[in-house]
Order: sequence, then C-alpha cells, then structure tokens
Amino acid sequence: MMDILLNAAPRWALLHAPVLLVMMPLFLAPVLALVPNGRIAWLVSIFATAASLFFALILLGQVQASPVGVVSYDIGNWPMPIGIVFRVDALNAMILLLVSAVGVLATIFSWPTVVAEINKQKHALFYSAFLVCFAGLCGVAITGDAFNLFVFLEISSISTYVLVALGAGRDRRALPAAFNYLIMGTIGASFYIIGVGFLYAATGTLNIADIASQLPSLAGNRSVEAGFAFIVIGLGLKAAMWPLHSWLPNAYSYSPSFVTMFLSATATKVALYALIRFLFTVFRPEFAFEQASFTFILMPLGLAAMISCSFQAVFQTDVRRTLAYSSVAQVGYMILGVSIGSIAGLSAGLFHLLNHAMIKGALFMAVGGVVLTYQGTTIRDFAGLGRSAPWTMTGFAIAALSLIGVPLTAGFQSKLQLGYALFEQGMWWAVALVVFSSFLAVIYMGRILEAIFFQAPINPRKFRKEAPILILVPLWVLALANIYFGINTEFPLGLARDAAAAAFGLEAFR
Amino acid sequence: MKSDHHVILRVVTKTLIPIIFLYALYVQFHGDSGPGGGFQAGVIVAVAVILYALIFGVPAAMRAIPPVFTRSLAAVGVLLYAGVGFWALLQGGQYLEYQALFQEEPGGHHGQHVGIILIELGVLFGVSGAMLTIFYAFAGRVAEIRDEDW
Repeated sequence: MMDILLNAAPRWALLHAPVLLVMMPLFLAPVLALVPNGRIAWLVSIFATAASLFFALILLGQVQASPVGVVSYDIGNWPMPIGIVFRVDALNAMILLLVSAVGVLATIFSWPTVVAEINKQKHALFYSAFLVCFAGLCGVAITGDAFNLFVFLEISSISTYVLVALGAGRDRRALPAAFNYLIMGTIGASFYIIGVGFLYAATGTLNIADIASQLPSLAGNRSVEAGFAFIVIGLGLKAAMWPLHSWLPNAYSYSPSFVTMFLSATATKVALYALIRFLFTVFRPEFAFEQASFTFILMPLGLAAMISCSFQAVFQTDVRRTLAYSSVAQVGYMILGVSIGSIAGLSAGLFHLLNHAMIKGALFMAVGGVVLTYQGTTIRDFAGLGRSAPWTMTGFAIAALSLIGVPLTAGFQSKLQLGYALFEQGMWWAVALVVFSSFLAVIYMGRILEAIFFQAPINPRKFRKEAPILILVPLWVLALANIYFGINTEFPLGLARDAAAAAFGLEAFR
Repeated sequence: MKSDHHVILRVVTKTLIPIIFLYALYVQFHGDSGPGGGFQAGVIVAVAVILYALIFGVPAAMRAIPPVFTRSLAAVGVLLYAGVGFWALLQGGQYLEYQALFQEEPGGHHGQHVGIILIELGVLFGVSGAMLTIFYAFAGRVAEIRDEDW
C-alpha cells in the first residue's frame, strides 16, 4: 500500500515532505487569522491537516523503504551540525502519523462544537490558533535539533493556552485552568531549555544526533547528568508524568470539547515522544545514572500514576474529569513500559501510546457530542442517554471497553504487550498492579456506562437526539479502529516495534 | 483631550517619535552587517506607538493604528517569513535556501541579500504587530486616566 502512495506522489512531495508537513499548517495559520469567515477557516484547516497526513504517510513509506531507516532534510541546505535538520526515523514517523491522523479527524469533528461553544467573531482566529498548535506538535515530532524542539514545543504550548482559555465562553473556570497550565507549561519548557543548555555546555552542539554521538565519551560528566535531570523533569511536566500532572485535569475539563479531544490524543503523546527520544537516543539506558533513574524514579512514578489517578478517577462526578484523571493513569502505563528499559517494554509503551490516542479521542468526541446536544458533563447528565442517543453512546461504550482492556479491543492488546514485557523481566508484581489498575478502570468507566445504559433519564424532556453526523463519523472511525486494531494488531504493533528499535538506534527492524 | 497643559510632554514626544522610527529602520537594515535585526527593530517600532499612546491616550493610538491592523501585521509578518521559504522551494531549492531564490551559482550573493532582508522584514512586521496587539489587549482593559488625575 505504501508503494502505491510513493509511486503516485509527485516528486516535489517526495523531496520536501518533511518541511511541507510542518510548514503547510504553519503557513495557513496566519492566512486564517486574516480570513473573517469561520466556515472557510474550518475547510482550510481540514485541508491543512489532511495535507500533513498525506506527507506523514509519505514519510512513513520513505522511512520503511530506506536502507538506514532515516529520512533527513537540511533546512536552508545547511548540513547537519551547523544547520537545523528535520530527521525522521521509524519513531517520529509513527508519532507524525498519529498526530496528523488525529488532527484530520479532530478538525472534521470540530465544526458543530466550535459553532456552539466559541464566539462567532473568533471562529477564524480559533482555527488559526489550532493550526499553529498542530504545526508545533508536528515540529516537535520531526525536528532533529534540541533547541528547535524547544521552539516548536513553545509554539504548540502557547497556542494551547489560548485554545484552553477560549473555553471561558462556556465555563469561566477555563481562565484559571489556562493560567495554571501556562505557569506549569512554562516551568516545564524552562527546565527543558536549562537541560539543553547543560548539554550544550558539555558537548558544544545542539543537534540531537551529534549530542548522542559525543555523550559516550563524557561518562561521569556532572553537567551532562544535571542536563539529564532537568530534561526529564521538564518534559515530564509537559507529558503529565504523575506528580507533575496537576495542570491536566482542569485544562481538560474546562477547555472547548474540540480542544480537549485534540489535546488528549496528541499533546501529552508528543511530549512523551520527546522524553523517549532523550531517554533512548540522546542518553542511553547503558548510562549508569539513566538505569538508576529508570528503576528508582520513572518506574515508581508510573506505577503510582496508574494506581492513584485511577482511584481519583473513581471519585469524580464529572465525566470529563474522570477521563482526564484516567489519562494521567494511562500515561503511567506508558512510563512504566518505557522504564523497563528493554525494546519489548518501549514498544509496549509506544503501542499503548497509539491505542490510548484512539481510545481517548473517541471518548472525548462522544463527550463533545453530549455537551453539544444535552449541555452537561456530569455523570447524572449522562443518565439514560443510551436510549436517546444510541449511536453516540455505543461509540463511547466501545472506547470505554477498550480503555478498560476488554479482549478484542485495542486496549487489551497493549496491556497484553505490557504484560509480556514485564514478565520477561520477571516483574510479575508490576503485572499484578496493572491488572489491579484495570479493575479500577472497570469501576470508573462502569459507573458512567451504568448511568448511560441502565438508568432512567433524569430529565424526561431529553428526547431522542443524536450528535450531528460530523461528530458521529470521526467518532465511529476511531471506535471501529479500536476494534479492528484489537483483532488485527499487525499494523500498529509493527509501527511500535520499528519505533522502539529506531529509538535504540538499531537499524535491524522488520 | 484639551491641550492646554502637558505641553512639554507633547512637544517632546512629537519630535521624538520620528527619531525613534528612524532609529528602528537603522537597526532593521543594519541587521545583516552588524548588531540589530528585525526583532529589535520591531520592538522599537512598537515603543514609538506605545509612547504615543501614553502621551495622547490609548484611543488616539487605536485611531491612528487600529488593533485590526496590528493583528493583521503580525500575521503578514509570519506569512512573509514562511513565504520566502516557499519561494525557495518553488525555485527548486531546499526550504529557506537563499542561494536558490534567483537560482544563482555558488558565489552569487543576490539571493542571500534579498532573502535575509525579506526575512528580517517579516520579523519586523511580526514582532511589532504582536507587541502592539499585546499592549492594546492590556491597555484596552482599564479605564483611561482622566486628565485631572495626573
């Protein structure tokens, strides 16, 4: 299938896919800021994200066809250590595919909710900010330069703060949530850049591949170790690693439905990608201090996130907050997979990253549909919706089962892979904790599903009313993807395994 | 506003603003051969307008340079910057490769000069537009200080 695409694509697209993937949305964003009409802005956003998806597919094909598994692009034709390089291997190709595919579905989904939740004069500017955020996330995933990664991280974050704050039209609490996110996100970015500064002091270069090649000769260097600590904390903050997640529940609960849906499926994933890139490509698990931080920091934090945030999710009364706490718990699974430090563990973490994006995307889309038609997000508001909105709620239920990890869903497969990787290292107690955390997921999702399908509607005036078709189609694409990839795991698992091999710097994938 | 007092402030400001603009242009065009460049020049341009707003009032500044204009200016700046990159692509080079702008051989400097000047112009527009938009967003929220309260 990739061959057909590579053969059909024009030559310029093949040559310049890395830069076009990022610059098409970044170029169209200011155009949208000048366009007064929201509907045109929406169509242009669909076009921009679809173009990015096209280039991401091309890049994936090129990476898989390439003998070394790397596609690189020199900005301004300046070669590697001097200029900024966009460098794509199997790891970024996977993340780029995820971000752009979710971006297309999210943009299609967005129109009805944006019309309902955002002031009419701000529609075009809203989509402009969204495209900047999208381009920033793609940029973080594609760049091969540590400082450029910081710039793209800030581009995406600053536009995210704006997008979250625009939820103020529906709920004023979006403003403190956005401010809180701004402070925490800025601290995270500052820590990251301090860490990069330490690495620059030790190596004299900002290129990720170049730093990686110089670090083995700098073993025991204090500046490198301090840089490692700062980068892990900074990116951990952005990725909502457990004790640093306090910004996430509020930001997800009060932002516009579309923003919640897009961010939950992409933003923390991209930050986690950057963390993985630094943990495995720049620093290596063979370094003593990294092995120690895996065993004594990342693994306990991942386990703590799984358990404590699942407990917190059980006690929420708002569906969006339940899902937000569940997101932190799911990040815990990914961190746990990463912290095993083996290829199997990393590929399980990345596999869960893909699956979780599909799960949370579908769940938040369904919640967005409910917000649109029934104006409520508490669990009581969901009572009886199984009868009045069967299609929306069935999609929600499929994704919820996948989140719990019921067999024949994508969520089950990723927990299975995580279990294999843990057993391989003899960590059966961690498997027991994963299973326990899944039981907690049964409880917190079960409460919602019980309200949806088995309770009588609180408000009898809630007559039969589905979410609009623009929400149902992307919702069902994601819900069916959950089932399909739960039965046939070949494609996502292959992506995750290639990505894990590439993160370890191995070319011998496939 | 009655103009029977603050005469000194007004007169000094009126003479200063053109000089500030001129200095901004100096910093702008000196950027490719010395210290300076689009970012600094953009801030200086914004400072000139902010000074005008401080002395003559924010509404007067908003009449002279409307918020819609500053916002669009920021967007145009980004468009100009990214557009140079796409121009290089259309000419068959890499993204932002100035050498490819006029398809010159190595050693030709025409494209390098035009490229950097356009890029810096984009930065000037972007930074001054963004600075003024931020200033208007903050200054537009509070009530004007009345003349008697000075």
